[in-house]
Amino acid sequence: MVTKERIWELMEEVFDPEVPVLTVVDLGVVREVNLENNTWNVVITPTYSGCPAMKRIEDDIIDKLKENGIENVSVELVLSPAWTTDWLSEAGRRKLKEYGIAPPVAEIDKSVLFAEQPVVPCPKCNSKNTKMISQFGSTACKAHYQCEDCMEPFDYFKCLK
Amino acid sequence: MDSALFEYLVRLGDDSLILGHRLSEWCGHGPILEEDIAMTNIALDLVGQTTSILKYAGEVEGKGRSEDDLAFLRFEREYRNTLLVEQPNGDFGVTMMRQFLFDAFRKPLFEQLVNSSDAQLAAIAEKSLKETKYHFKHSAEWVIRLGDGTEESHERVQNALNDLWRYTDELFFENEVDKDLESRGITFSMDELKKNWSDTVAQVLDQATLTIPTNGWQHDGGRKGLHSEHLGYILAELQYMQRAYPGMEW
Repeated sequence: MVTKERIWELMEEVFDPEVPVLTVVDLGVVREVNLENNTWNVVITPTYSGCPAMKRIEDDIIDKLKENGIENVSVELVLSPAWTTDWLSEAGRRKLKEYGIAPPVAEIDKSVLFAEQPVVPCPKCNSKNTKMISQFGSTACKAHYQCEDCMEPFDYFKCLK
Repeated sequence: MDSALFEYLVRLGDDSLILGHRLSEWCGHGPILEEDIAMTNIALDLVGQTTSILKYAGEVEGKGRSEDDLAFLRFEREYRNTLLVEQPNGDFGVTMMRQFLFDAFRKPLFEQLVNSSDAQLAAIAEKSLKETKYHFKHSAEWVIRLGDGTEESHERVQNALNDLWRYTDELFFENEVDKDLESRGITFSMDELKKNWSDTVAQVLDQATLTIPTNGWQHDGGRKGLHSEHLGYILAELQYMQRAYPGMEW
């Protein structure tokens, strides 16, 4: 008998294709798991509207469940409530930093133009003497920063609320 | 079928589709690497929003058309985007001005639509608003930086404003479709939106030391399917693969 807990455990083995240290559970992309008419329905939500990883995540979830003998599976994409970086797990935040990506700190004040940037510590040397290079980075969910002490350029997983 | 809602979704989706495509033309041509990446990031958000919007439009229509069918297999006259978003990229100043005039409209629009009585439209707005706030901040800051920058950047971005201003009234185009949707609480008053837009635009342009053109003459047509010559060229590129290899998939 497959339990809901078992499905959640298996979700912990599905990784984000763009930030492969994070599982889809760490990321907060998997919202619900429900048994409906003999089919396990996994509810996911995109981080960004144009996130190219969503289709891949959907396929990976189905593959993972089928590999484990769970045949009747569906994946449902919902937009609301909209994903926020607050759903990133504590484990996820730690794994991001170890991987060299600074985890989200505070949201930049988008209501004020030229607002001050939040202080993002360098994931390599922990210095707070860093600067934002660009609000838009290598993927939709990241901004581009540089450490002014160790000079390391790094990705910042930008805050989205 | 709810034909008013379908028409409205196609307008919303086509604005993001065509602007997203325009921005993607900058890929590999940005003035600096960071801006190349920023413009393509924003293009990706817009095309992503298009996917959600046109997918829903296809469901509302109920004829089995997918988001891809709507994006790739309609003819020019069936597109409902405003003329503003199909205007050529020009230099970086033109692109940022076009983006700013659009973002200043789109942000308060999504802020309204979050409260739509249509649950799926509200969900799309909730998701898109978070992204649009970043876009607005980016384009508004560039308009100020360029306007209040050097003599040359000021002149170029002022020229961009002069050229694009005549396409801004169309953002607030209304007909019986809007009246119908407003009466059902699906969409909201354009008057409020226009006031919000005008205040934001006046404030940012003032800070950018730019002058709003006094010539009040305005174009329209896009919302009725009557486009400038530019859209045909965009579609020739956008639709090439599906026209040359019908039904092909990644």
